[in-house]
Amino acid sequence: MISINEVLETNRMVESQHLDVRTVTMGISLFDCIGGSAEETCKNVYEKITSYAGNLVKTADEIAKETGIPIVNKRISVTPVSLITARTGGSEKIAEVLDRCSEVCGVDFIGGYTALVHKGMTEYEKKFIETIPNTLASTKKLCSSVNVASTRTGINMDAVALMGDIIKQTAEKTREQESIGCAKLVVFANAVEDNPFMAGAFHGTGEADAVINVGVSGPGVVKAALEKVKGADLTTVAETVKKIAYKITRVGQFVAMEASKRLKANFGIVDLSLAPTPVTGDSVAHILEEIGLESVGACGTTACLALLNDAVKKGGFMASSHVGGLSGAFIPVSEDIGMINAVERGALGIEKLEAMTAVCSVGLDMIAVPGSTPKEVISALIADEAAIGTVNGKTTAVRIIPVCGKESGSVHFGGLLGSAPIMPISKFSPAAFIARGGRIPAPVWAHKN
Amino acid sequence: MKAIVSVIGTDKRGIIAKVTTALWEMNINVEDISQTIMQNYFTMIMLVDLSEANKTFDEVSSSLDEVGKSTGVEIRIQSEAIFQAMHRI
Repeated sequence: MISINEVLETNRMVESQHLDVRTVTMGISLFDCIGGSAEETCKNVYEKITSYAGNLVKTADEIAKETGIPIVNKRISVTPVSLITARTGGSEKIAEVLDRCSEVCGVDFIGGYTALVHKGMTEYEKKFIETIPNTLASTKKLCSSVNVASTRTGINMDAVALMGDIIKQTAEKTREQESIGCAKLVVFANAVEDNPFMAGAFHGTGEADAVINVGVSGPGVVKAALEKVKGADLTTVAETVKKIAYKITRVGQFVAMEASKRLKANFGIVDLSLAPTPVTGDSVAHILEEIGLESVGACGTTACLALLNDAVKKGGFMASSHVGGLSGAFIPVSEDIGMINAVERGALGIEKLEAMTAVCSVGLDMIAVPGSTPKEVISALIADEAAIGTVNGKTTAVRIIPVCGKESGSVHFGGLLGSAPIMPISKFSPAAFIARGGRIPAPVWAHKN
Repeated sequence: MKAIVSVIGTDKRGIIAKVTTALWEMNINVEDISQTIMQNYFTMIMLVDLSEANKTFDEVSSSLDEVGKSTGVEIRIQSEAIFQAMHRI
């Protein structure tokens, strides 16, 4: 039988170390919903999503009750809307329907207002991307993403230039709510098709009809484990993280298998990301500080993060039959109390965060910058992240909020999105670079055939 | 379904009697018990079989919760599978 200590260990992780399953996300293919008109497509989309995901929340809640492990978010991801509306147009109508589906199903977010333009953009895709600001302003739970680069294709700098403008417009359209629209918009390099996390989740074209992807969490559990090996060498630190990551991931694997069975969907992947929340004791930054940094942002931060990210994967891989999604430590500023504190004490800036994104998932995430930041600067920041992603063969992303009307101080988004200090960003202009357009070619090592 | 019932609280007479009576009334069989005193706390886990229970998992959980409140201990019931998944390769 399971021992008393094992039962207590699991329950202690939940009660005092914030162990939870961060999200159960159902990916749903919408290809068979494409109709002869946008109206017909809308009708089919509504029927399919509400029928497939109608029991998602109830099922996840049942599993949480039976296991005693909280399941924080229940989400839906769908086939990129730019693909299913390419013939008929009317993506804004689909957006309304998706938002309504999320309300009816009771999920936290629905993702997939997405375009994949890493090599080129069709005329329609350009028009679609131009609808993003209004769409994010007029919907509540719909999330949007645009893939502008990949290792295989290089960086589509025309799309990068466009996205700087789109982010600025989105900030403007939602200026009454601290430009929150930008928190629902991610620009990717090497976007993955099975990401369960928002705002970047969409259901890829290579996926099955309905798929369950699960994102685990547990920064607090990792920190608590490291508190027991104070002063030990870094091999011990890595081993400790591996062992605890194994246990955390087993929870995710169990929940994923159980949810897919009960919802009659395929089991997709477990995403091994360490996802923080603004709650104290649920911070990735605090893990890095536990390893031995006075503050995250100090020299050594990138090395500590590389160790952490690698050890989480090594522990998680054995625990799950299919690992996927983003799978790495998240470093969102607004959603991590340790990151917020580090920015406020002047220890952490955008430049260090950029370096950190080279060794972990995902990118510059939930970073607030002055509202006056020019669109070209945002585009150039996206280009930098895309370069890190394409050259290193990893996913990188930018979710940045140029807060309209604010140049300093902080913004409060509420809930899991937290609050973010407005961070200074380089004032030197990259406008001539962005104005060139075209494509940055793929790195030579991407051509492996 | 197999589940683990865990009971934690200040030691006193009759805890096991009250919990097992409640389980018996719900037609739940106890397959294994492990009990100790940890840091002055009564700590017990029981492996139980819910396959012939006359109540749903939710109802069993609520009933045990009430027994816990009236006895002054914390009782919870969780699927055994989650512990097997986490602690056994």
